[in-house]
Amino acid sequence: MDRAATAEKIAGIIEPFNKKGVEITDASTFAGDLEFDSLTVMDFVAAIEDEFDIIISMNQQAEIETYGQLIDAVVKLQG
Amino acid sequence: MTDLFSKFDPLIELRTNLLSQGQEDPFNLVMERVISPTEAVCNGRPTILLGTYNYMGMTFDPDVIEAGKQALDDFGSGTTGSRVLNGTYAGHRAVEDALKEFYGMDHAMVFSTGYQANLGIISTVAGKGDYIVLDIDSHASIWDGCKMGDAEVVPFKHNDIEAMEKRLKRIPEGAGKLVVLEGVYSMLGDIAPLKEMIKVAKDNGAMVLVDEAHSMGFIGPNGRGVAEDQGVLDQVDFVIGTFSKSVGTVGGFCVSNHPKFEILRLVCRPYVFTASLPPSVVHTAATSIRKLMHAGNKRAHLWENSRVLHQGLRDKGFQLGTEKAESAIIAVIMPDLEKGAAMWEALLKEGLYVNLARPPATPANMTLLRCSLCAEHTAEQVQTIIGMFERAGKAVGII
Ligand SMILES: Cc1ncc(COP(=O)(O)O)c(C=O)c1O
Repeated sequence: MDRAATAEKIAGIIEPFNKKGVEITDASTFAGDLEFDSLTVMDFVAAIEDEFDIIISMNQQAEIETYGQLIDAVVKLQG
Repeated sequence: MTDLFSKFDPLIELRTNLLSQGQEDPFNLVMERVISPTEAVCNGRPTILLGTYNYMGMTFDPDVIEAGKQALDDFGSGTTGSRVLNGTYAGHRAVEDALKEFYGMDHAMVFSTGYQANLGIISTVAGKGDYIVLDIDSHASIWDGCKMGDAEVVPFKHNDIEAMEKRLKRIPEGAGKLVVLEGVYSMLGDIAPLKEMIKVAKDNGAMVLVDEAHSMGFIGPNGRGVAEDQGVLDQVDFVIGTFSKSVGTVGGFCVSNHPKFEILRLVCRPYVFTASLPPSVVHTAATSIRKLMHAGNKRAHLWENSRVLHQGLRDKGFQLGTEKAESAIIAVIMPDLEKGAAMWEALLKEGLYVNLARPPATPANMTLLRCSLCAEHTAEQVQTIIGMFERAGKAVGII
């Protein structure tokens, strides 16, 4: 799946987690802009993992701070 | 200069606010005198203890105490050395033998704490390129063991067999896999469906580690834990445990049937680079463990205590962490930290000590009053405790 298609899918998945309806760009941060706490992160990561049938290990999550970085990581993890 | 402590400011403020309302500090209690496994004098008041991990009440067992005194006389107050140098005494071997017999396993390795046992075994067994698949509600020592090692760390939703299976199946072919589970999860006192989870782990080629810290001595026909109770202990590659709960002293261990297990003594850093337990501790532990093998009556009484307290609190209208009593831990769910702290203090003034647990130690940001029962609590004490909860709960406005 290319970046555009991946981004579109992720946009759909993140919607219910974006409770405050923050406008999301590639530069949006999960902890800062989106105010995700650790529980939300866990549920959101699980949803992404299940949708794309991938693993995003804690080690990889530590490197992902922004929405754009997440899309890049998912594109890469799909191989 | 940047003050490195500024990162703690939010927590300092939270505490200051809480204590400025006249609240006794829940995290700074002093036990001035300990009368028995179930009674102490705390902050000047006689208090029933319902927040210790002294599940089997072994801390004042006369044989246990005698073994410790004798060891002090015979071997001195400490070993002043690592297990692999000058720190292995007869008592360290004796307690490892007691553990092998207790669990019916080939190997036992004793650490200075249970925390270090998890830290050491997990970080050493799972290395670079391997995968650790673990429950998201795992104890801090398990998480820290993951952090210390070089493996990929993959958490799954608490006790969710399907979520665990999906993750195992996504791991690249040929990678080493370690599934880490607990028998009893100590925040809510719920148990894991080990039978199902271990089958899934084995079907997917993973090794299995189970932390039985809160079940040892109590759960299972021989007190070997939840895996024994569910008939799958023979499928567990590594059992982690502690002497700081049912055994009634301090120390940690791993038991295993793995044929190459003994090599860990040379490569496991939290085993090598720290001093071994004092002789008095290992002798008390060995004596206690041997007595726990034959503690069927105590186990039965502890189950009764746990069930009665669970039912009693539920009948009074408290919200509890589990539907039924699954272990010796009964977690009472508080609406928020302020009410929880107020309830904790009201109970203390009634003469009851329970554990106040709050995020991040708790799942789902809950504030909990955790009650842990002891086989030495009498049926009358349990009734007294229920009455104290009722009065305090009404005073604070929780029920
Ligand atoms: C599940 C679990 N594992 C390990 C430990 C650590 O045990 P210890 O007190 O021996 O360090 C604890 C106790 O806090 C625990 O609850």
